[in-house]
Amino acid sequence: MAINEKDIDAILETYPAKVKRNRKKHIIVRDSSLAHQEIEANTRTIPGVITNRGCAYAGCKGVVLGPIKDIVHITHGPVGCGYYSWLTRRNKAKTPPDGKNYLAYCVTTDMQEKDIVFGGEKKLAQVIDEVVEIFKPNAITVSATCPVGLIGDDIGAVAKAAQEKHGIPVMAFSCEGYRGVSQSAGHHIANNGVLEWMVGRGEMTEAPAKYSINILGEYNIGGDAWEIHRILEDIGYHIISVASGDGAYQDLKNAHVADLNLVQCHRSINYIAEMLEIKYGTPWLKVNFIGIEATCRSLRDMALYFGDKELIDKTEEVIARELARIEPLMEQYRKICQGKTAFCFVGGSRGHHYQKLFADLGIETVLAGYEFAHRDDYEGRQVIPHIKVDADSKNIPELHVEPDPKFFKLKISPEKAEELKKKIPLSYYAGMNIEMKDGHIIIDDMNHFETEEFIRILKPDIFASGIKDKYIPHKMGIPSKQLHNYDYSGPYAGFNGAVKFAQDVTAMFTTPAWNFITPPWKSKPLLEGQYQK
Amino acid sequence: MLDFTPKEIIERTSGGLINPAKTCQPIGAMYAALGIHKCLPHSHGSQGCCAYHRSHLTRHFRDPILASTSSFTEGASVFGGGANLKTAIKNVFAIYNPDVMAIHTTCLTETIGDDIPAFLGQAEIPEGKIVIHANTPSYVGSHITGFSNMTRGMVNYLSEAATETKKEQVNIIPGFVNPGDMREIKRLVRAMGINFIMFPDTSGVVDSPMTGKFEMFPQGGTTVKELKDTGNSKLTIVLGSFASTDAAIALERKCKVPAKTLKTPIGVKATDEFLMTLRNTFVTEIPYELEEERGQLVDIMVDTHHQFHGKKVAIFGDPDIVIALTEFVLSLGMVPVHVLTGTPGSTFEKEVKAMLLESGLKGNVKAAGDLFQFHQWIKNEPVDLIIGNTYGKYIARAEDIPLVRVGFPILDRSVHSYMPIVGYKGAMRLVEMISNALLERQDRDAADEDFELVM
Repeated sequence: MAINEKDIDAILETYPAKVKRNRKKHIIVRDSSLAHQEIEANTRTIPGVITNRGCAYAGCKGVVLGPIKDIVHITHGPVGCGYYSWLTRRNKAKTPPDGKNYLAYCVTTDMQEKDIVFGGEKKLAQVIDEVVEIFKPNAITVSATCPVGLIGDDIGAVAKAAQEKHGIPVMAFSCEGYRGVSQSAGHHIANNGVLEWMVGRGEMTEAPAKYSINILGEYNIGGDAWEIHRILEDIGYHIISVASGDGAYQDLKNAHVADLNLVQCHRSINYIAEMLEIKYGTPWLKVNFIGIEATCRSLRDMALYFGDKELIDKTEEVIARELARIEPLMEQYRKICQGKTAFCFVGGSRGHHYQKLFADLGIETVLAGYEFAHRDDYEGRQVIPHIKVDADSKNIPELHVEPDPKFFKLKISPEKAEELKKKIPLSYYAGMNIEMKDGHIIIDDMNHFETEEFIRILKPDIFASGIKDKYIPHKMGIPSKQLHNYDYSGPYAGFNGAVKFAQDVTAMFTTPAWNFITPPWKSKPLLEGQYQK
Repeated sequence: MLDFTPKEIIERTSGGLINPAKTCQPIGAMYAALGIHKCLPHSHGSQGCCAYHRSHLTRHFRDPILASTSSFTEGASVFGGGANLKTAIKNVFAIYNPDVMAIHTTCLTETIGDDIPAFLGQAEIPEGKIVIHANTPSYVGSHITGFSNMTRGMVNYLSEAATETKKEQVNIIPGFVNPGDMREIKRLVRAMGINFIMFPDTSGVVDSPMTGKFEMFPQGGTTVKELKDTGNSKLTIVLGSFASTDAAIALERKCKVPAKTLKTPIGVKATDEFLMTLRNTFVTEIPYELEEERGQLVDIMVDTHHQFHGKKVAIFGDPDIVIALTEFVLSLGMVPVHVLTGTPGSTFEKEVKAMLLESGLKGNVKAAGDLFQFHQWIKNEPVDLIIGNTYGKYIARAEDIPLVRVGFPILDRSVHSYMPIVGYKGAMRLVEMISNALLERQDRDAADEDFELVM
């Protein structure tokens, strides 16, 4: 069913005036006849509105830092934040030969009332000492929770002293939950730290192999990164590091030597990508390994970047082989999925990426949006200079980098880069909006009320979002797919991932349980009889 | 798996935790508030708290968990959250229209000293709507403390002693247990023919049925009318001291309703005590229906004792549950050698140690402990079985010990929240779970010649 501005106004009518004015700017009906459609994003959620958004700590420690496996991540604060970000996100990691994988450990300073009153610096220093003694990690991060900044604990100073004492990097992140307006602030804070304290600490000066790359913004949920590795290594790429799924400090510190940085999740990692280009001369390429067509395109774009015939041929060979293998499998699932509609409301990039995979199955995304994205994720990076910097964004430090005197090396000439930019998204992301069809809804920070209302009007066949809203559509009889953690399945990336996704989604549509929602006595009268003449 | 946990006990003096066995107050407060009919819990703090708590509760219950937040920014943290809270109250009632809004604080708002009652005095609360609050600083106690504080908040705000003489009815505070347990406790009291008010009561809220229609406020939960009426009851029965005593004490002070604290009714002994308290207070005989169930349970315990008698067990989780479980496994002839809770409180250690002593046993017992320590204990004195929540699975795998999942949270198995562990029926279920786990292990490890059809 099509929807227009009037329908949206009708939905927003329930809101108090201020909320209505605010929310209207976060919702657009796609209209390609307009030169440009602006959406409001990365602004405050109004108190009392039930949002899916989290906080800066979740974005910093939970998303970007947490998956780095050879680092012990200490949460400085009361127990909860560390507890909830412990093993809940499904960022998988294989234990390297030296055994250094600490993901199953949650370390928290468990601040008590006396720490709030008298300060928690001493306790933090002691916890760092214990961590070094027990775990002997390659590095330590300290992530701050709300009270830390409020009571003025100087975690930077504690980290610096600990680093000198123990001789390993100890990095402090001021990612208190009240910073910024969502997880996004935390991504930025973490990105700054990764660039400042991790990348470039290694001694490598040259890429160790041909076609060396970093994968940025890939978190290995359900094993996605491993499927991407399988394909890329098959083609002949050498993966230096991943930020940060199954990633390691050991690898990240040499990330500066790569020939190319791939950006999978633009929202959470674009700061690093941009800064790596300035500091080390490595351009980045926006890729999407979610969806068959998207994967093929990303592989071809990568091959074009290197422009090597051998690589281009090998890319085509792998694509042909993989397609021949999976297409017959996909076809059977497509028969069931074809013609259905989806909502795709995810965090920062999956709201866009998964539309491709749905499309591969013949499912049309009629509503899409992001929980914590910025305008550039919707409208494309060309809007970045025009984005108003508000008080909430000003609180997040901007790292100003310069070419590194030791490691800066232009990986391709500026002329070549300009030429490539005409063909591939080199150091550019065009955003979600241009790929949405006319009449479809784009919505930022969709809240509970809007979720219910849009489902009521658009009646999607499948709802894709996260754990907090998963069971709401279920109660309405609508299959609901978690695209943050894949409903404990996966991988969904690459070719094998597409098949797995198709299989899971088909199961959601066809599971017999849906048929039992209405009890038989609701449609049959209590007494049945025949009228006798 | 957990390869960095050494056998040699490391003395840690920092006060930090490695692999905590508790979480923070607000999630307990949120869960308790869901046990009020048509109530929207509200988290006064940063958005992340609310998101984390909703996510974790949803993972455990596999049902919608709705709650709103004051969505703090840095500005609010500096200038105070009054404006945020007042906006939130206005929006919550305008958009979601609950009957009750139950506000809990967070470490942020406690640190900056937000005065919730003062804010409420200035807020626009629509006619007929109710706003209650509880202070739940995350840096004190645990999620159990938060549950306790919100439950006490219900008494503070709502309980009224309206009648001269107390009614022939009992208040039951079930503690931080699953809706399946709440339903079972209610069934027992109903079978006794006694009028009761259970609060909070999350049954029918977080275990709501599939009907094809989403109800933001499902049928379950203690109504405001019932909460007010708790002041007129003859007795409050507290099931588990950690999660529920404070509310009962408040009710005793406010409305002169005497309170009796019992264990969470896990196992034959604790269930007996619960029913005997009801029997004595209301002079009502235990119906045959329950006597029969009890007889069945004892029959099972006798018939199958060889499957678990003498087996060593390590138990961790929330204090009320762990205390009651310890009593139950002792009654099965098992040997609890390590007993730990993450929640602080000296009475935990006292109570568990007394039970062990009575059985002629000694074990490691600790409140405010963590799973790193628990694991080290197990490395030093191995056990046949671990009982605890999902977080125990890593230790269970590292040490190749079977795990029976009991408590909160259970994130990797389903249906548990619907099924009781309390009452005689719940005890039967626990016996089944424990003996299945041990027998599965025996089967798995048996040589072909020792693999048996009948066990």
